[in-house]
Amino acid sequence: MLSFVLSRLGSLALSLVVASLVIFAVVQIIPGDPATFMMGLNATPASVETLRKALGLTGSLPVRYLHWVGGMLSGDLGTSYTYRVPVAGLVLQRLQVSLPLTLFALFLSLALALPAGILAAARRGRGADLTVMGFTQLGIAVPNFWFAMLLALLFALKLHWLPAGGFPGWKAGVLPVLRSLTLPAIALALPQAAILARVMRSSLIDTLGQDFIRTARAKGLSSGQAVRRHAVRNALIPVLTILGLQFSFLLAGGIIIENVFYLPGLGRLIFQGITQRDLIVVQSVVMLLVAAVIVVNFVVEIAYALIDPRLRRQA
Amino acid sequence: MRGRGRATLWIGACLAGFFLALAILSYVWTPYPYAAMDIAQKFRPPGPLHWLGTDQFGRDVASQLMVGARTSIAVAVVAVAIGMAGGVPLGLWAAARRGSLTDEVIQRGGDLVFAFPAIVIAILITSVFGPSALNAILAIGIFNIPVFARVTRAGALSLWTLDYIRAAQVAGKRRARISVEHILPNVANLLIVQGTIQFSLGILAEAGLSYVGLGAQPPTPSWGRMLADSQTMMAFAPQLAIFPGLAIVLTVLGLNLMGDGLRDLLDPRLRRRS
Repeated sequence: MLSFVLSRLGSLALSLVVASLVIFAVVQIIPGDPATFMMGLNATPASVETLRKALGLTGSLPVRYLHWVGGMLSGDLGTSYTYRVPVAGLVLQRLQVSLPLTLFALFLSLALALPAGILAAARRGRGADLTVMGFTQLGIAVPNFWFAMLLALLFALKLHWLPAGGFPGWKAGVLPVLRSLTLPAIALALPQAAILARVMRSSLIDTLGQDFIRTARAKGLSSGQAVRRHAVRNALIPVLTILGLQFSFLLAGGIIIENVFYLPGLGRLIFQGITQRDLIVVQSVVMLLVAAVIVVNFVVEIAYALIDPRLRRQA
Repeated sequence: MRGRGRATLWIGACLAGFFLALAILSYVWTPYPYAAMDIAQKFRPPGPLHWLGTDQFGRDVASQLMVGARTSIAVAVVAVAIGMAGGVPLGLWAAARRGSLTDEVIQRGGDLVFAFPAIVIAILITSVFGPSALNAILAIGIFNIPVFARVTRAGALSLWTLDYIRAAQVAGKRRARISVEHILPNVANLLIVQGTIQFSLGILAEAGLSYVGLGAQPPTPSWGRMLADSQTMMAFAPQLAIFPGLAIVLTVLGLNLMGDGLRDLLDPRLRRRS
């Protein structure tokens, strides 16, 4: 197990290094000089020079890269050019929106998908199964931002049950925050729930065909008991992997959904960074998102190996 | 099972084919010129003159949808082509050199790309080159490469253990030639099915990117941007928000059903399972 963790840890570190090199190259090398790029066409050479100094862009590329990575590791993400504040502070502020949204959506998608998938597998080929599968087919085809718009149209504009957008801030209390995150979380969760329900169903169907289930039935358990006590837990293993992958889809989906509901999260921060040509913000936030995905997948892989010892040997 | 696979395939092909036909038709005919403004006719509900109504400038929604289909389909098709052109050779190469350093590098490289969701790739490209349909194509296409590499590798690995491939090796054929002459034709089925799935994902991704302004730029109509434009007018002109969304859903649904049907039809091993 230790050698497995160590080898995964090595590939985690390598992935992070390569990802940071790619992001650095795209943002800092391809546009030529970032300072000129950020100031636009009408900038005087003197003002470009001032900005270059302010951004720490005076050194050679390797020095700048090391400076950026070293800063990231010590929690210094650079200074936003437009906001004139440390990027780390902005990110922390925005995380208060993005993180609860992602977790809320993850929770909803699990709460929806697991029972639906189990039901479909247990009633395979019958009405309940066909209904669930039909809905998942639809859930996969609906773009989450469009579903978000329809939700806003119905529940906010017509029924006035929930706000159509904006974020009251945590100072307003937990309830207003939850209210403002409900529609975005549902919109974000639906397509993921559809995928998850399908994985749950096919995994459970596979498990139900195995010998130990036949044994459980032979010793007198009803099919419902066999599903509840033995099959579901075994069938959850592939679901866990998909869940890790879905984290990256939720993060990415969140970027778009935040725009639908005008939520001041990381996604909005990135778009403001792009429109204001604030390359430092874009570079650091993209790196954070990618790092989050890489780390979550690493954790899932380790958890997977803990649950299923057969996987450790493959390392 | 076979009957149901056929039916799924047909329904899917009809849906997807309908929108493909609309896109092609839009080159020679649309009900109105798609960019023609007619302020007097703005915000018309669907009716005999404008089948799907008009937008805030009095432009015909049906015509814009038809031209928008062009954008969506073109972006998704080129992105699948990029994914196949890059991914299939990599997958074949990795399988032919199973367990080698090349194999490892190709696989880890794929993992790395998966850590950059398509939208993040698009954001990176846009932050440097500015928004355009080309960005969307590149972002989705780059994301497709490891998908096809994995599918090809997985399919090819099982083929390499078969006797006739061994025979070809013994006969002195080189690995590259075996990959092209014997492996590729036998993974083609898998690639067609995956291509359909990536096509539908490409349509969804393009819609998302153009919705947030990272895709095709005005005046080129695109489904995603039509939705973005409609958002502020949703309260009094909901039809503007509904039709482009329906177009996306039906196209994607059609392609997904087609993919499922094709898989049932092309892969006999799956027929017996669910």
